[in-house]
Amino acid sequence: MGRYILRRLLQLIPVFFGTTLLIYVLVWLVPGDPFAGKCGDRACPPAYIEQMTHKYNLDQNIFVQYFLYLGKLFQGDFGQTYSGVDISTLIGQAYPITVRLAIIALIFEGVIGLAAGIITGLGRKRFVDNLVMISTLVLISLPVFVTGFIIQVVFGMDLGWMSVTVSSDAPWGELIAPGFVLASLSMAYVARLTRTSIKENKRADYVRTAIAKGQPQKRVIGIHLLRNSAIPVMTFLGQDLGALMGGAIVTEGVFNIKGIGGLVKQGIETKESMQVVGLVTILVLVFLVMNLIVDLLYAVLDPRIRYD
Amino acid sequence: MTSGDATLAPGVPDRAEKSRSLGADAWRELRTNPLFVISCVIILIIVVMMAFPGLFTSVDPNLGDLSKARQSPGGDAWFGYDTQGRDIFSRVIYGARASMLVGIGATVVQVVVGVLLGVLGGFFGRWVDVIISRIGDIFFGLPFMLGAIVVLTTLNPPQSSPGQVAIILQVVLSIAVLSWPISMRLMRSATLTAKQQDYVKAARSLGASTPRIIFRHLLPNSIAPVMVYATIALGANIGAEATLSYLGVGLRPPVVSWGVMVSDAATYFETSPHMLLIPAGFVTFTVLGFVMLGDAVRDAMDPKSR
Repeated sequence: MGRYILRRLLQLIPVFFGTTLLIYVLVWLVPGDPFAGKCGDRACPPAYIEQMTHKYNLDQNIFVQYFLYLGKLFQGDFGQTYSGVDISTLIGQAYPITVRLAIIALIFEGVIGLAAGIITGLGRKRFVDNLVMISTLVLISLPVFVTGFIIQVVFGMDLGWMSVTVSSDAPWGELIAPGFVLASLSMAYVARLTRTSIKENKRADYVRTAIAKGQPQKRVIGIHLLRNSAIPVMTFLGQDLGALMGGAIVTEGVFNIKGIGGLVKQGIETKESMQVVGLVTILVLVFLVMNLIVDLLYAVLDPRIRYD
Repeated sequence: MTSGDATLAPGVPDRAEKSRSLGADAWRELRTNPLFVISCVIILIIVVMMAFPGLFTSVDPNLGDLSKARQSPGGDAWFGYDTQGRDIFSRVIYGARASMLVGIGATVVQVVVGVLLGVLGGFFGRWVDVIISRIGDIFFGLPFMLGAIVVLTTLNPPQSSPGQVAIILQVVLSIAVLSWPISMRLMRSATLTAKQQDYVKAARSLGASTPRIIFRHLLPNSIAPVMVYATIALGANIGAEATLSYLGVGLRPPVVSWGVMVSDAATYFETSPHMLLIPAGFVTFTVLGFVMLGDAVRDAMDPKSR
């Protein structure tokens, strides 16, 4: 196990450098003068340009720039925007909001998705099964922003149960509807995955053995069937937390939430390259670490899997 | 897979046995599956719309009559008019072409790249596999929407106006670049299993060259999982086109597509929801068709699920 963890960590290093370099090059290669429009209507004074060029190492080769940037990043310095705001401050404000949104989405996936999957997987009611299969099919086919608009109109405007946009400090209560929207697609996948997994395992030898040796049904289902069926679902949920935070950009746009996605979009539009690179780097890190944790969790959940 | 029905045709046992190959079995299963029939009908309608829009409407999709702006659906125009007074029914029909082109194009590129790299990595193993897998990880590590937004803004800075063909190509390539690792991984693991089979060893011992083994033996035998994924991905790519246009980085106005229509309509959603719901409904309907097709094909190809 120790060797496996080490190997996985070593594999992570080139992927981290590759992904961040890719983002860095893409973002800084955005054509056009980086100082255009930064000083209002007038052109920027040469002193400002000189200072900024020096600050962002713009006079260097792009690869040198990248490594200078990473060096600072490892010391916890995300740099500043052109207007001198610390990017770490911006991240500090936006990050908790996106994390809250992702956690709510994950809870929706876990509760509704799992429940629907378990009920249809175990049950024999054709009607419930068809209902879940069809509704998940529709959720998978709806683009996220459409789900968002529909929820806004039905619950926000027609029924008046919630406000259409989320206030700037985004308390938990206001994030419930956006969290549901963000979760909708994955919720459908979780339901289907759980259902398939349970249906497959129901016919497994160890379940038949457990029934044959006279164990009560509760124990067969709870201990043998569900625990073994949880493996693919756990994998999906773990990887999804990373994907949810990156995918929040659309949901955050629809509900006007001031989270990471909003900051990235604003950064791209105003050419605040430093801001975009910093935010995406964090998202990539979260994604990679979640994948690692999921891989290690396999071994805990399924004793058949050994890594050495 | 060929169990059971051998008694069905006692006179010609050999032919009955032969006709029940995995493919034939899957086809029998498919024809009786209502999901498959419905999805084929949906896809057929969309493909006809894409190829011959003139069959459905004779109204010019770009002809605007401002006096009719944002009129609700009614007798003259089934789906009403958009904010510039253009007929939504006609636009939705003509929009199928760009949306489907993006969906098909992105799927073809991502599957071809993924399949080739996956089969090479799986077959050669060692450093070839390591390099291909790590490059795949790098692209897989980029969050999809973020990656696509960054790529597309880099190619088209705000206020630029790329040509129609250029922007369609860019959207196709940026979707493909960010999603090829999935088909690469599927293909790689299928190849790893197929490589161990006896027919590969037999081909080798008969003196078949490496390219022949890869393209004539391994590829056709391990492509099934990728094809199932491709049908579902085609639907997802059509949805991605709509989302990218909605975010303002995808296709844009001179092009008529469902995503462009949705993006035009988003600001008027509260007053005239039909402008958004109709193209969004077409996107949903098409994605539904492809997802159902993928589901049905997977069920038919996987003997375990019977």
